[in-house]
Amino acid sequence: MELIFLVEQVLNGLLVGAYYLLIALGLSLIFSLGGIVNLAHGGFYAVGAYLAVALAPRIGFAGAFVASPILVALLGVAVERLIFRRFYRSDPILSLLLTFGLAMVIEQSLRMLFGAAPLPFSIPAELRGQVFLGDFIYPRYRLMILAVALGAVAATWFLVYRTAFGRVVRAGVQNPEMVGALGISLQPYMTAVSALGIGLAGLAGVLLAPISGVHPAMGAEILTAAFVVVVIGGLGSFWGVVAAAALVGVVRGLTIFFFPPAGEASMYLLMALVLLVRPRGLLGERIEKFE
Amino acid sequence: MDDGKIITRRRWMQGSAGAALAAGIGMPAISYGQSDVIRIGHLTPITGFLGPLGEYAQMGVKLAAEEVNAAGGVLGRKVELVLEDSVNPQTGSAKAERLIARDRVAMIIGEISSATALAIGQVANRTKTVFINTGANSDALRGPSCNPYMFHIEAANSMMVMAVGEYLKNEKMIQGKKWYSLTADYAFGHDLFKVAKKFVSDNGGQFVGQDLVPTDATDFSPYLLKIRQARPDVVASNLAGNQITNFIKQYAEYGLTFPITGFGFDTAVAWGAGKGNFAGIWPLIWHHLVESPSSKKYVEAFSKKYGKLPENQSWGDYNSLKLVAQSFNELKSADPQKLAEHLRKGAKFDVLKGREGYFRAYDNQMVQEMYAVRAKDQAKMKDQWDIYDPLGTIPAAGGDLEVLAPPKDGECKMPA
Repeated sequence: MELIFLVEQVLNGLLVGAYYLLIALGLSLIFSLGGIVNLAHGGFYAVGAYLAVALAPRIGFAGAFVASPILVALLGVAVERLIFRRFYRSDPILSLLLTFGLAMVIEQSLRMLFGAAPLPFSIPAELRGQVFLGDFIYPRYRLMILAVALGAVAATWFLVYRTAFGRVVRAGVQNPEMVGALGISLQPYMTAVSALGIGLAGLAGVLLAPISGVHPAMGAEILTAAFVVVVIGGLGSFWGVVAAAALVGVVRGLTIFFFPPAGEASMYLLMALVLLVRPRGLLGERIEKFE
Repeated sequence: MDDGKIITRRRWMQGSAGAALAAGIGMPAISYGQSDVIRIGHLTPITGFLGPLGEYAQMGVKLAAEEVNAAGGVLGRKVELVLEDSVNPQTGSAKAERLIARDRVAMIIGEISSATALAIGQVANRTKTVFINTGANSDALRGPSCNPYMFHIEAANSMMVMAVGEYLKNEKMIQGKKWYSLTADYAFGHDLFKVAKKFVSDNGGQFVGQDLVPTDATDFSPYLLKIRQARPDVVASNLAGNQITNFIKQYAEYGLTFPITGFGFDTAVAWGAGKGNFAGIWPLIWHHLVESPSSKKYVEAFSKKYGKLPENQSWGDYNSLKLVAQSFNELKSADPQKLAEHLRKGAKFDVLKGREGYFRAYDNQMVQEMYAVRAKDQAKMKDQWDIYDPLGTIPAAGGDLEVLAPPKDGECKMPA
């Protein structure tokens, strides 16, 4: 009996990994390609969730699922043009302070516009219900989150590693001067990367709004976990984030099975262990800029 | 007519002479006397995981100030609120000191976190300023940590447990039943779990699982799997704030059907869960469906001002200011010492319930009616606010209100 419960927690942990993957993917993208540590990532996640709540009654959940990440991505374009652009070459501490301030502005704006109380929002009726495999239980909604998260990973990977667009972006990370000398302006590429990363935060917001409280501080709640996943995976590593998200999900599930009070602490412990054994994270590359 | 005027003038002369005398004797009264407003400090968490409740607290106290001022204010002066975000125990106590020393507030209302309430209570005791706690439930505040200047309009954890416990007994959910509980892993949760466990065990129930949940947990799925494996008869929540919203949303997502109950609860977090998620039987110190004339008036005034319904947190802060204003006017003085004595002597107040409430001298806890509610069938909900039905009032009409109050176990030792 015990063993099957453990297996259940491991499989559920993988599912929860999709949850962490969604919130960490955009953060990792902006960091690895732009070098910006975006502390406002949680803020954009919250904006995505609030947009879903505001839009769903008018255009349905499916409509909000498409529209909300796009609107958040457009917000990302504005943020890149007005803010990030000035900080690619400066001391990381500056972008850190700036995005920290931006996170507070977003949270307070949401509080002023919508109030501090959580807004009601549920899983749409057609996505409710559970799938049973023997004794294992999987909510249909979480399986959908898993599918969307994997789709987002595949699409991002293809864009960055298999297209001309991705080659320019990656070249820009390594050597911006050389890219400029070849007559390519990096600016539109970096705008696109920020829009993509921030749009992914918005996507996470829409998807998680039906299963977690929609309130102004929801972004701050998930930000630390997102960072832990990125750090465990290795700064700048694409597959590292995927592996770390799954690992965090499983380790957290097992910790809660044996010793629930340490449930959230387990990911920090895992991070400390990984950094002790492998300071650049699971699959992190050596990037001189960050050493 | 002339006579009437003379008497009025004479009365007025007497009154002002009395006021001058009071101002001459009481040192702090001098500073109050110089101001044309009477300041009341309001301190409660506006940000963080209790922020949603703090917002309701502010709405309640602002409405009360408006009503008090419209009715002539306090001692002929307008009430002016000084509202602050208490943030955490350190900031909360620093801000309490500042409210008293710099803003010269007549007293302080507020707080939700038990840890911060303890810190503010200590400042209140040291500076001999009355502090009415409107949202912190920990029994320890009414026990070993009690002091003569800290009053509690909010129910203690043990009162919440007894209120809902009566109904759980009626529904045969305790005797011989297997319980699984999730508890917020901080002072409030631990304290609540202790009294809840005692109540359940004393009534023949048994715990098959009792997990502590960190306050920063947003995903409850591993806990839900454990509950499903344990197959309990009842699932009990000792969670707090946004945790409750996340828990009931995901409980519905995983389709678990074990009956839910909880010992700590705020209507705002259940409103925030959304359609088809809320379930179970829960205790409340007050809800918007309470049938009393003053309660109905309050619901109407609140809805008109804010465009939404009041809930239990706004109730506490609203009533605290109202009863303080009433006391100052009755005492004809804003002296903190007199206010504390007046409250401790058992003055009765209309707190929007069927019966009046009063602070008892043993631990400064307000003795009052409590309620329990049951989640409505989804098909019968009229709108997003219509999520539960009242189960009734505890104690039932005619019963002694004090049966609900925390036991007088001698833990609270008030200096004479």
